[in-house]
Amino acid sequence: MLPELGHFALILALLLAGLQAFFGIAGAALGRERWMAAVIPAVAGQAVMVATAVACLIAAFVGDDFSVSYVAENSNTALPLFYRVTALWGAHEGSLLLWILLLALWTLAVAVGSGRLPPHFAARVLGVLGVVSFGFLLFTLATSNPFVRLDPPAPDGGDLNPILQDPGLAVHPPVLYTGYVGFAVAFAFACAAMLEGRLDQQWARWTRPWTAVAWAFLTCGIAMGSFWAYYELGWGGFWFWDPVENASFMPWLVGTALLHSLAVTDKRGLFKSWTLLLAILAFSLSMLGTFLVRSGVLVSVHSFAADPMRGVFILVFLVIMIGGALALYAWRAPLLKSTAGFELGARESFLLFNNVLLVIAAATVFAGTLAPLISDALGLGTVSVGPPYFNPTFMMSTLPLLALLAVGIHASWKRGRLKDSARALLVTCLVAAVLGCGLVFGLFERGGLLASVGATLGLWIALSSLLDPIDRWRRGLSLPRAVLGMTVAHLGVALFVVALTTVQSFTVERDVALAAGASARVGDYEFRFDGVQPLDGPNYSALAATVVVTRHGSRVAVLRPQKRQYWVQRQLTSETAITMNRGNNLLLALGDNLGAGRWSLRVQIRPLVSLVWLAAFIMALGGALAASDRRYRAAQATQRALAGVAGEPAR
Amino acid sequence: MTPRRRRMVLVLGIVAGVSLAGALALNAFRSNVTFFFDPTQVANGEVRGGQPFRLGGMVKQGSFTRAPGSLESHFIVTDFNREVTVSYNQVLPDLFREGAGVVAHGRLRADGTFVADEVLAKHDEKYMPPEVVRSLKRRHGESRALAVPAAPPAPVAGAAPSAGS
Repeated sequence: MLPELGHFALILALLLAGLQAFFGIAGAALGRERWMAAVIPAVAGQAVMVATAVACLIAAFVGDDFSVSYVAENSNTALPLFYRVTALWGAHEGSLLLWILLLALWTLAVAVGSGRLPPHFAARVLGVLGVVSFGFLLFTLATSNPFVRLDPPAPDGGDLNPILQDPGLAVHPPVLYTGYVGFAVAFAFACAAMLEGRLDQQWARWTRPWTAVAWAFLTCGIAMGSFWAYYELGWGGFWFWDPVENASFMPWLVGTALLHSLAVTDKRGLFKSWTLLLAILAFSLSMLGTFLVRSGVLVSVHSFAADPMRGVFILVFLVIMIGGALALYAWRAPLLKSTAGFELGARESFLLFNNVLLVIAAATVFAGTLAPLISDALGLGTVSVGPPYFNPTFMMSTLPLLALLAVGIHASWKRGRLKDSARALLVTCLVAAVLGCGLVFGLFERGGLLASVGATLGLWIALSSLLDPIDRWRRGLSLPRAVLGMTVAHLGVALFVVALTTVQSFTVERDVALAAGASARVGDYEFRFDGVQPLDGPNYSALAATVVVTRHGSRVAVLRPQKRQYWVQRQLTSETAITMNRGNNLLLALGDNLGAGRWSLRVQIRPLVSLVWLAAFIMALGGALAASDRRYRAAQATQRALAGVAGEPAR
Repeated sequence: MTPRRRRMVLVLGIVAGVSLAGALALNAFRSNVTFFFDPTQVANGEVRGGQPFRLGGMVKQGSFTRAPGSLESHFIVTDFNREVTVSYNQVLPDLFREGAGVVAHGRLRADGTFVADEVLAKHDEKYMPPEVVRSLKRRHGESRALAVPAAPPAPVAGAAPSAGS
């Protein structure tokens, strides 16, 4: 009974999304107050219906209802309760449902905060979100209904993919999706502004906090995914330029550009149409990401089984959404002229370069991700594009970006007077260069040009972004949250660059073959293999190796990497064992029994790799801090007071 | 400089930067794209000498060998038409087994052995690399390509912990 209730709730949600879209957009266009008043109940109703559907599916998982096809495929009676709940987003249908739930929650949040917006503008924003929600609900119901029944029911389930039975998977997809979906809000604000034919600095002030929060979630989500891939997949490495990773990284790059472009629109009323275009692009890339992952057109480690119907549906939906938004842009953007100007060397010019470089970076990633598809379609042969392409092209746009960041934060708005801070910049640059080269050549005793440049840039950004806050503090001035957030995020970037440089330059990896009692030396560490013992888990059996790690004779850790076989799917997975020592991240994976009593082990030593993930969380924290600035709330309150006095502004 | 002139300089600078980036990216493409070949294409000599590429096909049943205690392993990749012997001296991915699809990255040695520096792993054991599926379809038509993934799992000797132990 419950699955039917869930299915029915989804259909009701689809109807409500349709009403929300129609009343929101048509109501504002025709000026029907009562139509617009119906939008918020539709939003609330839709959220309740989607939540009901999700609850029904969770109940089916927890109650082992194997008459539901999706549950039968992705759960099992032996599966621990925790993973039965997270199995909800373990495959295609459920993760789509999660997408819809998060969109409903974002929409609800916008509706709750919409009391501060002019009613017709709020109606348009919610209407556009309704269109997005309608499309995804239709997609789910038409091609990927998670409530489809099996007749007769399966006696037991096919189990969740063992590699997904991990706490990392419990949090990574929801956080990542929250970021993805959050860009829908910026997209809706952009579409609403274009429908109004009006975009002012106030608009940017409304849009900024929403974008910053979505961006912070996306940053966290990508970092969690990278961390999960590092310890669970055990291939070594935390970023593979895999199509699915790229699919989440492209909206991040464009979203970062959008955050900076919005700052200019907010402070100076410039870059208006560019900001709109970025808002459209960021969400389009989020949806494209969904398309790339779901349709199975790209060869990826994440690919689910392909279903051409789904691909076609998403493609049509994408064309309608993106094409519609771009057509609206072509029609309305010329109305939104910026009047003010700025000098070369002013902060605006640095943010312009920031935007151009970030978009170039996104474009090179895009080209590399889609090249295999295009080459295949044109009959040029089956190709793949990997790190040898991505690493240099990505650095080509990000290295100048980092240098410009260190300088740009000292530029003032409108006027290009960099001379005032030239001395400070030069001093920080020299200090960073000395420290950076000292780190590379002193601590690691070897290193190349790229490592020194990377370390210097990272340290320069750190020092340079601290100058202004320290100056404010010495003069006893307060530090607004927006400035604090920016500083924290830029310090995150600095830490990221230093950590990434170190990892890329000084990683040691080796596969070794060891008999029990033998040891191997990798880097500064000695690894003694003490044999393999069998071990039983709740739904798997395993072999666990015992490896004693020592450094210059003193014991560092005892690591126990495992090789697991899950009972239901009979799939082999490696559980890596990880420990930290002196900033180094040591990772061990157990390989195969090579015969003659010897086993293969994969040993990897990555210095400072933990800081890469930490840096991403610091960036996200910066974004969240900036979003919580009182300025945005105060601005909204003023606007509300104004709207209250002047009545509804003319459209 | 007048503001107009300054803006022109700015725009020209951006255009120059973007074109430079485009040119460099195109160049990076040309030199860093990896091609995929199946054993028949390798046998036909479609691979330029010494060029690294990706080889894909099925691991031939009973072809996996390893000198006891050595990391180095050998196996045969086949498209049921031609075969290529592969040598690999690192830890094999968990989902590697005889009778399953595989994609390996490496170079062809003068004696015709493919020396792999990477054997690709996939998330899902039911998942077949699409290039391999397409290659098999090209060689044998629909039925064979679809029948292959259903082959019973036969773990590589010694790799699997037995469920009872």
